[in-house]
Amino acid sequence: MSNSTGQSSGTGVRPSRSARPVPPPASGPGKAQGAVVRRFRGPGRKAGENTGREFRGLVSPHTLNTTRGRVIYWAVLVTVVVSFTVIFVFPLYWMVTGALKSPEDLAQMPPSLFPESLNFDVYKEAWDQLDLGLFLRNTVVYAAGAWLFTLAVDVSAAYALSKLRPVLGKAVLGLMLSTLMIPPMVILLPAYLTVKDLPIFGWNLLNTPWAIWLPAAANGFFIFLLKRFFDSIPRELLEAAEMDGATPARILWSIVLPVSRPILGVVSILSVMNVWKDFVWPLLVQPDTDKMPISVGISSLSAQMPQNVLMAALVIASIPAIVIFLFFQRSIMAGLTAGSLKG
Amino acid sequence: MTAMTVRGSRRRTPGAVRRGVRRNLTAYGFLCGALICFAFFSWYPMVREFLLSFQKTNFVGPPEWVGLDNFRTVAEDSAFGPAWANTAMFTLLALIVGYAVPFVTAIVLNELRHAKAYLRFVVYLPVMLPPAVAVLLFKWFYDPGPGLFNQVLDLVHLPGLSWLDSTDTALISLVIVSTWMNLGTGTLIYLAALQSIPSDLYEAAELDGAGLFRRVWHVTIPQTKLILLVMLLLQIVATMQVFIEPYLLTGGGPENATVTVAYLMYQYAFSFGNFGGGGALGLMLMIVLMIFSAVYLRVSRDN
Repeated sequence: MSNSTGQSSGTGVRPSRSARPVPPPASGPGKAQGAVVRRFRGPGRKAGENTGREFRGLVSPHTLNTTRGRVIYWAVLVTVVVSFTVIFVFPLYWMVTGALKSPEDLAQMPPSLFPESLNFDVYKEAWDQLDLGLFLRNTVVYAAGAWLFTLAVDVSAAYALSKLRPVLGKAVLGLMLSTLMIPPMVILLPAYLTVKDLPIFGWNLLNTPWAIWLPAAANGFFIFLLKRFFDSIPRELLEAAEMDGATPARILWSIVLPVSRPILGVVSILSVMNVWKDFVWPLLVQPDTDKMPISVGISSLSAQMPQNVLMAALVIASIPAIVIFLFFQRSIMAGLTAGSLKG
Repeated sequence: MTAMTVRGSRRRTPGAVRRGVRRNLTAYGFLCGALICFAFFSWYPMVREFLLSFQKTNFVGPPEWVGLDNFRTVAEDSAFGPAWANTAMFTLLALIVGYAVPFVTAIVLNELRHAKAYLRFVVYLPVMLPPAVAVLLFKWFYDPGPGLFNQVLDLVHLPGLSWLDSTDTALISLVIVSTWMNLGTGTLIYLAALQSIPSDLYEAAELDGAGLFRRVWHVTIPQTKLILLVMLLLQIVATMQVFIEPYLLTGGGPENATVTVAYLMYQYAFSFGNFGGGGALGLMLMIVLMIFSAVYLRVSRDN
């Protein structure tokens, strides 16, 4: 077994860097690390395990092959597709076209299904009138910073708790996980007061990005997800590197992180989405209009603008979320099930 | 075996002690960022929540201990009763729709062999939208004049509703938005759970002559019992914190018909400047939610 990592033991830590696996996301560790790693599959793998075999649900394939079965199946399919489209897509269609309609067109009864003319000026108007560029930039700054802080802080903490196992590590982990039992809403006021006047330092973090970045890193769920993944990394892999004289920081960077890409992807997506979707917290801690993220900004100005401009602003605010979803659908859904099935 | 004994005996030598100390120092070096973040933004606020609800603070002088005064103040508020009643009603209504529907949807989706990716994408789309966007969109739909919902009712020759403006329909209007934007989460989680049910169970049930509904009752539900229970508790805890819907749609009105505990807490702090009263409401909400959280913890630990 030690042979598998033996490539690196002969010549010190350096070669292990060249042998560093560069696996594509969610595909597990690469081949370069040998048998130990090859046998190791992150916990993320389990969910997809049974996709290989023939799947059957409630209805047997036999029933589906009868004429009656086929008719019912297609009827159900069409009903589901149509009703899902009406319930989930039509409101969004109405939002996009609502922005393109003139105020008179919007007020008319019965409504027109299509806008009379495709006039995209309203989007520009919304962009300028509401300063959406500034709001979007704020949101990006908050999300990116929160992502960096979350990864740096939570990954190193989970690594320490999982692999270095210090004295009182279990108690620290317990205290961190206990915060999962506290619903965020009930500590909203004391958290706000803390940010307003940081104990010991006496700093006022309101209207600064720190008010979003630092609390975002204090996330027990991410620590839990990361620690559980790190726990499943075989000890032999790390011990070999340790014997070669690698420092813990080096082991984390060169061995643990490359192997942990799937879980890092999940945590990244979740942390960015948390900040992007959050409303109450930025509403309290970014009271100045020029510091607001987009959803707080739009809602605080929503009362003063025409309906079609508001709709255009909402469309612009949803586009980044939908683009993220299109690109990272797999990670997002993996995060969803990772959280609930085993949390 | 040998490695164990070697390591065990080494632990007593001075070198091992030094190594142990160094290992602990390194570990706490890695942990310090998280410890600071948790201490300031999670643990301290938890303690402060207790202090806050028994104190009177004006942010100029030192806070003053007032015992249960804050609790008395909020309990005598005319919005206190409605806030709890609305929160309970909102949670109940959101459960009736938002709990059963995703499960049934997931069961149906699990049987389909076509358009799976599309349906999964579409059902999760509203979850991806920032909640403020979804809520403001529905605010427009609820408009009694040119809003989409009344236009649809008009199309089928039904009288329009006043939705958010009437005490009868305001709360259910909030439930509709909330359900629309959260339905996808439950559906996809159930779908994942359904896919892990072994096919042989269905085959065996079918051989025993169990019809479609009996298969759901005797195979699907028992096999997903744990996740159903966990989701029930999580959903109760999540919906009882409802804030953004009343904040953006109704401001608690009309006539306190949609004021919720979380919203009242916000009002106490940021409209009335009474953080003590807000803290007292927060503590009450915390105690109620902790009961559900404790059950959840118990359930997930037992399994």
